[in-house]
Amino acid sequence: MYGYEFFVDTTRCISCQSCIKACEECGTHRGVSMINFDYVDRRNTIATAAFVCFHCDDPTCAQVCPADAIKVGEDGIVQSALKSRCIACSNCVLACPFGIPKLVIEQELMMKCDMCYDRTSIGKKPMCATVCPSQALTYARPEDIARTRREKPVNTFLFGQERVTTKVFMMAPPGSDEIVLDVMDYMWNGGSK
Amino acid sequence: MAKLPASLADLTKRFGPHPNSTPVGGWQDEVQNPADRLVKTHCCFCGQQCGIQLKVRGNTVIGFEPWEEFPFNQGKLCPKGVKRYLQSNHPDRLLEPLMRDDHGFREAGWDESLDYTVRRLKEIQAKYGKDSVAVFGGASLITEKAYLMGKFARVALGTRHIDYNGRLCMVSAGTAYKLAFDVDRSPIPWSDIAAADVIFAIGANIGECAPITTDYVWRARDHGAKLIIADPRMTPISRNADLYLPLRPGSDLVLLMSILHVILEEGLEDKKFIEDHTSGFVAVAESVKPYNPRMAAERTGVPPDAIQRAACMFATAERAVAMHARGTEHQSKGVENVLALINIALITGNIGREGAGVTMITGQGNGQGGREHGQKCDQLPGARSIEDPAAREHVAKVWGISPDELPGAGYTAQEIMNAIHEGEIKALFSICFNPLVSLPQAEYTRAALMKLEFFGVVDFFLSETAQHADVVLPGSLQEEEEGVTCNVEGRVLHIAKAVDPPAHARPDSEIICDLAWRLGKGEFFPYHSTREIFDELREASRGGIADYYGITYERIDKEYGVFWPCPTADHPGTPRLFEGGISFHPDGKCRLIVTDWRESGDPVAEDYPIYLTTGRVVSQYLSGTQTRRIGGLTDIYPEPRVEIHPRLAAEHAIEDKDWVTITTRRDEITLRAMVVKTIRPDTVFIPYHWANKQSANKLTHRTLDPRSKIPEYKVSACRIHRAEHAPEEAQ
Repeated sequence: MYGYEFFVDTTRCISCQSCIKACEECGTHRGVSMINFDYVDRRNTIATAAFVCFHCDDPTCAQVCPADAIKVGEDGIVQSALKSRCIACSNCVLACPFGIPKLVIEQELMMKCDMCYDRTSIGKKPMCATVCPSQALTYARPEDIARTRREKPVNTFLFGQERVTTKVFMMAPPGSDEIVLDVMDYMWNGGSK
Repeated sequence: MAKLPASLADLTKRFGPHPNSTPVGGWQDEVQNPADRLVKTHCCFCGQQCGIQLKVRGNTVIGFEPWEEFPFNQGKLCPKGVKRYLQSNHPDRLLEPLMRDDHGFREAGWDESLDYTVRRLKEIQAKYGKDSVAVFGGASLITEKAYLMGKFARVALGTRHIDYNGRLCMVSAGTAYKLAFDVDRSPIPWSDIAAADVIFAIGANIGECAPITTDYVWRARDHGAKLIIADPRMTPISRNADLYLPLRPGSDLVLLMSILHVILEEGLEDKKFIEDHTSGFVAVAESVKPYNPRMAAERTGVPPDAIQRAACMFATAERAVAMHARGTEHQSKGVENVLALINIALITGNIGREGAGVTMITGQGNGQGGREHGQKCDQLPGARSIEDPAAREHVAKVWGISPDELPGAGYTAQEIMNAIHEGEIKALFSICFNPLVSLPQAEYTRAALMKLEFFGVVDFFLSETAQHADVVLPGSLQEEEEGVTCNVEGRVLHIAKAVDPPAHARPDSEIICDLAWRLGKGEFFPYHSTREIFDELREASRGGIADYYGITYERIDKEYGVFWPCPTADHPGTPRLFEGGISFHPDGKCRLIVTDWRESGDPVAEDYPIYLTTGRVVSQYLSGTQTRRIGGLTDIYPEPRVEIHPRLAAEHAIEDKDWVTITTRRDEITLRAMVVKTIRPDTVFIPYHWANKQSANKLTHRTLDPRSKIPEYKVSACRIHRAEHAPEEAQ
């Protein structure tokens, strides 16, 4: 859909998993969900996070693919692996900084969110963002997001020294220009149990 | 009579629940055989009544498509809405009438099963009197069917005992709103939630039980609104709360009266609104005087400064919305709890203007519409009182009977079950109700069902209750009959018929009318369609409180729903009640009503030191008759677990996923532990959607609110211990 972008705000997520269930219903991958969903730490919090593929401008998954199976369309959408090329090696699964691609063992194929091109190409919103009751996943015009939300859409991520820019936006606290993720932050195991 | 006709294992093998996970013909079938039409209608689960389009091929619902134009949910759906289509062509679907025999149930024809039903009901009424037969209805029925059930009980059977499963849902709220405002409906359209500056939600697991409402709350936060949540558990909506009040189960009234105490102490009341639009202020102000935050903190477990802050946030907001749901209503003082919250809204002048109000969050699919038109034991169509002579005369005239023939008020749902247990009621005819799972103290309910001399059921799946029936008549799903429902906002919606009932199943309304004819009362049930029933309902509701006279199916389609009251064809409907602070009472004033603290009917004590509270999960609906049969939902949360705080778990040497036995004064069950910090350390929680040995309602108690007669599901006393091994059925 022209003029629309995808926005993820995990702080809105209410763990309903409607996105997962709706994704299964999509025409191009019937019965298989492409949503990435996590309970952050269920023992300590009800916080959950649902993600789609961030559709990197220079996708790591495609860079590391030995079979050249992962293509980026003119619209910036990073596609699932081509069935004829994918060798199910899992390089992309391991390399993606967001942890998005899934190896579907039965099909020996890497599959991932393709931003519902079957729907967006005919003027419909992606299925997950349409049904999401809390609009943690939103497909909207950037100007509408700027008008209605306090958080700021950001599409630059720093994984340590690695700068990744993406098509999909993450909602960040006002004033943020980029999201910095240092892997060391997540290896610290003090604090809560 | 009505003990199980075969073993539970045999019945389950034949009738389920079997979770259905894939669409008809498998996941790839739709690619080859696409839908031939999209039907705009509403979800069958929960009071939000989200707009949805069903994909239909031939006589089968094969999937769904969001309906983005429908303004309430704009395409949004929870997982129940997404997966509801999997009920179509379900392997457990009842396709033939069933009659019990020595080996279980045998398939019978319609004539045999209906004639037998009528013969037994007549015999029992001849022997024991008209009121020895009771009727159960349900709030998942379209309003036409709910109306029909009320008329069927009172005109075809002549019994005064008809009540419905909404007695377990909306009656505390309804009773309180009737007292305060003289009308039982949400006073606000949901757009008011998004426009509020402060939202205070108590006992409302919005994220799981009313998922779409989350978006309205988050939209309010987007423009800076503050969110106050009071709940013994941190439910998903609390993740963005500005203030979280972790109150002890059953202490809601103390918290609310203390908040009002602070508001008055600080002089934050709206004096002009109180003067112009309310009555009863002096007595209410006097009643909250002892409830200072320090005293309240001891009872509620909420720190005094948090109570102080909540009061100031709410009372100083330009526009505040107070929301409540079953957490605060499922108590033996459910009505008082709601009244205390209404008092706060009124005393701060938050009523009848945009972004300001107090509202109930209706739970069941047609929880609003299902209670307006006559299946409640004390009401006639139009939300009229059955004891009001003018109402009786009006309805009797529409029905073509004499007002003298119209029975008076009957028992409420739990009272009916009690009367069955005590032998006063001998026969039960039930539709859309699974009391064995949903009423408290399940083994008491089971014992009562076994005493019935006749038990007839209309259902589409064989519920745990229907397993005890003598006759089971295969009825229809929501999408198999045209009609209306009324959503959480008071918006009347059009339910489209998408398909016919399969095989020999029949539309519910046709079954009820057929029974009425066979009972010799056919002249009062001459309908050829649910539209004709709706037209009669409009007439019956005319001039009443819930006035539908100006509503038609065509208007609903054109206007995306019509809010009642809507007395004439050119009336725009009433999205917001009490504009200008005017209530439905004859003097227009809103009533402030004194409340007082009482102990729970099942108090914690030394031998039962822990609070037990129950509720829902997002992937299941009510007694699970439908949602436990949908694989796409059961895989989210397959079986009930008992939520325990790590501190309490450690005291009992319980680890996550251990088997834990929960014991109350009535019964015990053994479930897996879910050890989480998101619950009070003195409280455990169990969702209630499951049956038999997994049934939370084996543990709950039959104490009722004295006015609303709602059971006190949210407060029981229990003890827990780590079980040495898994329960037998899990091994």
